[in-house]
This record gives sequence, structure tokens and C-alpha cells, in this order.
Amino acid sequence: MPLLEIKALSHNFEGLRAVSDFNLNLAEHELVGVIGPNGAGKTTVFNLITGVYRASEGNIRFAGQELVGQTPHRITKLGIARTFQNIRLFRELSVLDNVRIAHYAQAAYSPLEALLHLGRYRSEEKRITDHALELLSVFKIDAFAFEHSKNLPYGLQRKLEIARALATNPQLLLLDEPAAGMNPNEIMQLMEFIRWIRKTFHLTILLIEHQMRLVMGICERLVVLDFGATIAAGLPVEIQNNPKVLEAYLGGEIVK
Amino acid sequence: MIYILQQALNALQLGSIYALIALGYTMVYGILTMINFAHGDLFMVGAFFCFLIAVYLKLSFVPTLLLSMLGVASLGVIIERFAYKPLRNAPRVSAIITALGVGLFLENFTLALSPYPQHIPTLINSTTWNLGGVSVSSLQIIIIVLSLALMFILDFIVQRTKVGMAMRAISWDKTIVPLMGVPVNKIISLTFAIGTGLGGAAGVMYGLAYPVIDPYMGIMVGWKAFISAVVGGIGNIRGAMIGGFILGSVEIMVAAFLPSTYRDVVSFALLLILLIFRPYGILGKPHPQKV
Repeated sequence: MPLLEIKALSHNFEGLRAVSDFNLNLAEHELVGVIGPNGAGKTTVFNLITGVYRASEGNIRFAGQELVGQTPHRITKLGIARTFQNIRLFRELSVLDNVRIAHYAQAAYSPLEALLHLGRYRSEEKRITDHALELLSVFKIDAFAFEHSKNLPYGLQRKLEIARALATNPQLLLLDEPAAGMNPNEIMQLMEFIRWIRKTFHLTILLIEHQMRLVMGICERLVVLDFGATIAAGLPVEIQNNPKVLEAYLGGEIVK
Repeated sequence: MIYILQQALNALQLGSIYALIALGYTMVYGILTMINFAHGDLFMVGAFFCFLIAVYLKLSFVPTLLLSMLGVASLGVIIERFAYKPLRNAPRVSAIITALGVGLFLENFTLALSPYPQHIPTLINSTTWNLGGVSVSSLQIIIIVLSLALMFILDFIVQRTKVGMAMRAISWDKTIVPLMGVPVNKIISLTFAIGTGLGGAAGVMYGLAYPVIDPYMGIMVGWKAFISAVVGGIGNIRGAMIGGFILGSVEIMVAAFLPSTYRDVVSFALLLILLIFRPYGILGKPHPQKV
């Protein structure tokens, strides 16, 4: 059974069909890319999976559970985490707190225990802080743990966002344009990094990307969107030579 | 000198009440960027709950305080759920007008039930000590200590617990917080419960200090607490506490050394002057507009 099963998913924004009849099956541990020109509906698909938008039609099943109609925080709890196209950190909170907050659902203590400083409050807060610090050190950003996250250099902000996503303990990680703003050298490092987190954290990864170098380099399969519709799906080599894809990306006349 | 000490004590008492109410304004602003203009009237409802519980249930001070806080907190949560939540994505001005409407409703509803001022019975048999010429009443001490304790608890919740961290995160970026696994609606309800509960506690203490209560008592006190929140930096919890004590001190000192009719003029002038030089308040930071 696939981990993620999206069937006939469609979404309308006041008459505009942002996504139409989108289908995707993700097996456990797969790494799949969604590509397409700007405005093709890629981020909308992410927003539908994570419950930020409620799908107009269709089904999304994750590990046997229907996601359409669930609230975003429930979906996060079920094991789906994401990053954002334009980095969305809590800029005024410390690097450590950015990761700590993502442990919210895992902290099992009641407000009363917190007020009385009793029971699970201390042990749980300590466990969360330790785990957050561990994640930061795995990502080699622990030196900045007490800095405001907005003071981190751009590349580390991207890493922190991924660390924060992993702190929710996901099975499925959605990466929204992780290579945005990176040079070819940094993209090479990012490819290694994505492969490494997939292995280390046993993740299934779905990523949106513009950078063909990255997509062709690491994705096992690709789905191509254009104006909300799926125009191609398959292995990277197949996609590379698909005339429909070239047309969507480069414009019609070149293909002829 | 003794006169000044005496006034400082009075300032501490008034300031702690302003600070408690200001916290409600600042917490709601921090999390929803809206001013809950009904908050002053919730303070008034707190005083009326105190009156009802003390007169009809004949309970003593502590249960009266706790029940009044619980009553106002529940009312705050209900108001948020039914009046403000549907407007969460509407322009801010709609939410503010609704808040003003809710405030008017609370005033007039209370007026309809109780057209005449009411008198809160004595819940604390206050004894007054004379410390070197400064008279200190046990009621004053209770109000100050209790307010400080409530502020201390709140500060602990906000700074040191997961719920507080969620509140701070929501105040920076509401849309992505749910994706961290945080139930945002629950946190917003809790924020309203705590903020209005503190306002209710202030209503009880104010009612004990100045026992004649009426449905309009929340208007002026509410405005003063709002000024306190703005002076301290709206959205900033510690700022609201500092602002409350500053405003309390200013008012008491003005009344002590100038004709007491100048009191409100000076408070509002303070707000206007501060807004010119520090529009974000004492501890507030400019919140950059996202583009």
C-alpha cells in the first residue's frame, strides 16, 4: 500500500482551477519531484496535502487516513511536515525555540503540572530541549542555538527550516523549492544533504523545484504540472525528452 | 516625604490593577493583532460577578475571586468564538467595530439587569497599620501581592511552557504555526481565557477597593489600561505590566500635587506624547510589514 495516495484532487480559487485531477502515489522511502512553470499549482498541491486549503474535490490518503477535511495541526501530527518556498521561520525567536515549538504535539504535560513545576513538566521540557539541540548539532547549526533565527545566513536558515520540519517527527517531508536562491555548488551540497536526511530519518520526500539540475539529480520519479493539470509523469529521463514538457517550459515554437 | 510614600503605595495599588487589565489587551493584540475594545467591559462584568457571588452565594474572598475569574474567562472565550472568530480573516477594522459593539452590549445588558449602582459587600475585613506615618491596609497589600502573583504566573506560562511558546510563535506568523502541530484555535481560546480572566480578577479587586460599581465603570478604566498597554508596547507582556505601573503612578502623583481634575488630561497627554517619540511603546519593537 502506498504511503501517500492522492486521487482525482482538484482545487478552485473563486472560479480559477488551480489544480485539476491530480493523482499521485508515493511508496515509502521514495523521492519524487513535482515540477512545472510558475503558477502551475505546485505549492497549492502542498497546501492541500497539509490542510492549509481544503480540497474542492478528490481524496488524499496518508498511511490509511483520509486527510481532506482534517485540520493542519492534525495532519502534522499524523506525520507530514513541510518547508516553504520563501523561508518562513519565526524570525524573532531563537534558533532553538524554532525547533522546540515543532515538538508541541509531543510534549505530554498539563498546564497544572507546568504551574506547579511538578510531574512531567520538567522532564518533558528537558527532553524537548535536548532533542532540539541534538537535531541542531546533527545539522551543524547548534553554535547558533541562542541567536535570533533571522540572524542566520541564508543557507543555514534553509537548513533550520528543514530541522524544524523534522522535529515534528514526520514520515513524509514536503520540500518547497529547497534550492531557491542557491548557486550550482550549493545545489550539489543540497542534493547530498537531501539524500542524507532521507536515509538518516527514514523519510519519504516529495519536492517542488525549478532547478532542473537538482530534480534530475535526485528524484526517482517526476510529475509535471502546467496550469493545474498533470501533463506528464515518469522517470527523469523520460520527462527530459517529453515534448509536452518542453513546450510548457520553453514555449511552443521551439518544439516545432 | 511620608506623603510621597503614602502616594507611592496608592500608585502601586492602582498600577497593579491597570497592569492586570492591560495584559488582556496586549495578549489579544499579540496573538490576533486586534484591540479587544470590549475588554474594559469584561473588567466591569468581573466586578458584577463578584457582587452577585458575594451577595447571593455568600462565598468568601478566595472562592469569589476564582469563580469571578472563571466566569469572565468563559465569557471571553464565548465572545471570541462567536463574535471575533468569524472575522479572523476580515479587515482588522471590522473586528474592532465588533469589539466596540460587544462592549456596548455588555454595558447595556448589565444596565438592563441592574439599573442602579450596586455595593459590593466587605469580603476582606481590612485592618490598617500605621508604619511610620504611612497607613497600609491589608486590602492594599492583598491587591498588590495578588496582582504581582498573577503577573508572575502569566510571565512563567508565556516564557517557559509549550503553550506560551505557541502564543509567541502565533504572534509572529499565525499561518505556519498549525504546521508545527500546534492547535491554533485552542491556543487563541486559551489566550482569551487567560487575558479576560486577569481582567475579571482586576474587576474583583477594583470592586473591593472602590465598592460602588456600575455598568459604565469599565469604560474609563478600560481606556487607562489600554493606554498602559500602548505605553509599554502593545503585544509585549512585560511592557503591559510596566505601562500599568507607570500610568498608575502618573495618575496618583498628578492627583496628589495638582488639582485632581487634571488626572485624565495628563494620562491622555502622556499617551499622545509617547506616540510621537516612541510609537512602539517602551518595550515594543517595530513589527515589520510583511510583503
